[in-house]
Amino acid sequence: MSDNLDDFRTEIAAWIADNLPAELKGIPRDENTICWGGRNWQFASDAQKQWLERCHARGLTCPRWPTEYGGGGLSRAQEKIFREEMLKAEAPSPLESFGIWMLGPALLKFGTDEQKAAHLPDITAGKIRWCQGYSEPGAGSDLANVQTRAEDMGDHWLINGQKIWTSYADKADKIFALVRTDRDAPKHLGISFMLIDMETPGVTTKPIRLISGASPFCETFFDNVKVPKEGAIVGEQNRGWDVAKYLLTHEREMIGGGGGGLMSGSTLSDMIGTMDPAATADPVLRAEAMELEVDAMAFALTMERYKDMAESGAGVGNASAMLKYYGTELNKRRHEIIMSAKGSDALDWGHGAAAPWLRTKANSIEGGTSEVMLDIISKRVLELPSK
Amino acid sequence: MEKLVDTGDEVMLRDAARGFLDDAAPLTAFRANRDAGRPYDPALWSEMASMGWAGVLIPEDAGGADMGHRAAGILAEEMGKTLAASPFISSAVIAATALRAAGSDRLAAIAGGEALYALAVDEGAKHAPASSALAAKPDGNAFRLSGRKTFVADGSSANRVLVLARTSGGAGDAQGLTLFDIDAERAGLARTASGSIDARDFATLDFDDVAVTGDDIVGDVDNGLAALGPGLRAGQAALAAELGGLSAGISAITLGYLKERKQFGRTIGSFQALQHRAAHLFSEIEVTASAIANAGRVLDHDPDAAQVAVSLAKARATQTARLAVMEGVQMHGGIGMTDEYDAGFFMKRARVGAEWLGDYGHHAAIVAASRGL
Repeated sequence: MSDNLDDFRTEIAAWIADNLPAELKGIPRDENTICWGGRNWQFASDAQKQWLERCHARGLTCPRWPTEYGGGGLSRAQEKIFREEMLKAEAPSPLESFGIWMLGPALLKFGTDEQKAAHLPDITAGKIRWCQGYSEPGAGSDLANVQTRAEDMGDHWLINGQKIWTSYADKADKIFALVRTDRDAPKHLGISFMLIDMETPGVTTKPIRLISGASPFCETFFDNVKVPKEGAIVGEQNRGWDVAKYLLTHEREMIGGGGGGLMSGSTLSDMIGTMDPAATADPVLRAEAMELEVDAMAFALTMERYKDMAESGAGVGNASAMLKYYGTELNKRRHEIIMSAKGSDALDWGHGAAAPWLRTKANSIEGGTSEVMLDIISKRVLELPSK
Repeated sequence: MEKLVDTGDEVMLRDAARGFLDDAAPLTAFRANRDAGRPYDPALWSEMASMGWAGVLIPEDAGGADMGHRAAGILAEEMGKTLAASPFISSAVIAATALRAAGSDRLAAIAGGEALYALAVDEGAKHAPASSALAAKPDGNAFRLSGRKTFVADGSSANRVLVLARTSGGAGDAQGLTLFDIDAERAGLARTASGSIDARDFATLDFDDVAVTGDDIVGDVDNGLAALGPGLRAGQAALAAELGGLSAGISAITLGYLKERKQFGRTIGSFQALQHRAAHLFSEIEVTASAIANAGRVLDHDPDAAQVAVSLAKARATQTARLAVMEGVQMHGGIGMTDEYDAGFFMKRARVGAEWLGDYGHHAAIVAASRGL
């Protein structure tokens, strides 16, 4: 096995070296360089387009998905090697999307063959950009309280309601949303996981400005939106909560583990390098930075250990709430220290540190608040009583 | 690098260790030892030795089981859960590793459980090997040791002593130290047991013109820190593992109490204020467990480059144990403060473990230095 993996490493490293356009090597990951794909996607450069096409042809936009849908069919160990070699080659991710992170895994687990064939190839090719419609003004932490209504009109569903915190809804082609298909059932049992085209008449979006400035978040409104029934619901009707729960676990691992770029990779030395000399000499700040580094290194090992656990078949399950809780709280600490280290320099928007610092405050809210994570750990992992 | 989860063999080792300790060294046994003024039970150590634990890091041709540092960590974790007291870390981990690296012929005696070692390194209230000043004065082809070592774990019950002495240079010099392996009964060596809060054996060792020869030297003259390094790192990793087990042990007891104790007509574990603290503690224990597993793996694969991984584990384990025992007492309320209850035993051992072989600041500084601070 290790021989095979060594061969794979050699092969994939050579492939990256041969195919990565030179101008993309070492390009920083930011809003201007990420490739999201979609119907209306404007490539940032010919190189970005070329890199996406080459990776897709080789199944590397979704390395672990089945090849029949444009995935790479790689094993977990191979995927890990691929990511390591990408990092080593300073190669950017060819494609990022909520389709890759969330809808794809949901379809692979809950979708029909028709749904998989209809959607997965467009995700791996970067042809369709998806967004997620979960939260509502009245359904934040209490997500199962979603009220966006889907009425059965015979050949179609009629959708009315409002979603909030829908990232990139104004740029997405389609949305996977939690909608209420049974208003009389207990709240967890009347929800369906529905796929809706954003170009359908009656769908409108409005961007949300955050304390950190412009954001990808939107409000999304559904006003008498007609969704053809064929293939609209993933999983069973009224059992959308099962799909959502499965996906939330994915999302938690991603946010906690630095997916989506939320965990900044800067090391202590990077941080110190930007410190004002007076800050470097501050023993309290240095101590805070040292403690953070200890915790961050141990957390990185925990991400690795949990991956190993998942790989070995030992279920991680609800303990993944711990990753989300710990990782996001660490990230907030990191940015507090960065702000202190840079002192008053960082207080100018133009410096660039303040917006990320403010943005991290949402890390422990989005995808389930820290308090919800602690609830999950105490009730489902530690099995503490409810009364 | 191997995975951070237990292998099949390690799962078996852990299960076997847990089964044995639950039966042979439960908390009631620790209490009995404490009440009898006995730092550990020699009969228990004999049984551990017969199961191969004393030789866990010793080659098979010297009678050991040679299972590696991750395995030693698993044993230490399980011992930490029930506060099982034994010379395991001093003899089977620290001395075994240092003497193995030096090619000593005393390994078989350690594996058999007969050789009981103590490491005499500290001289002040904080662990700082390079600051050793205990003098080794040249005497022909030999040396004479004079000075004091403090906080020597297993110091009064050991029959052999590894002592770090200064053969040249001055306090603070990393060079000029030499590690000696001597009989604990050697003339001029006086050992005084201290009343350690964790009811284990810690002693002050006074060396008054103790004669040592070239045969007693471990490694090279004036290069004692290098000779001691492997043993020290192994001991720090095993102690981190013990503290990880201790954290899990007190946490399990506390969770049990949260599920059973009623106040205000409710089980106290139903209060969100306590639930969230319990969940936070769980998170810290999980994160620390990763650093502990990693330290064992790195020691097994690349022992010379293991200091950062080991220090990370010791730093984390120290802080996590502190949180676990404080929450343990607080969540138990008044009963947690009583000597009749076991929570205090965990708290005292955690405090001793925090200082032994380097405290949080010592190890956090090593970790931070590796990252550019």
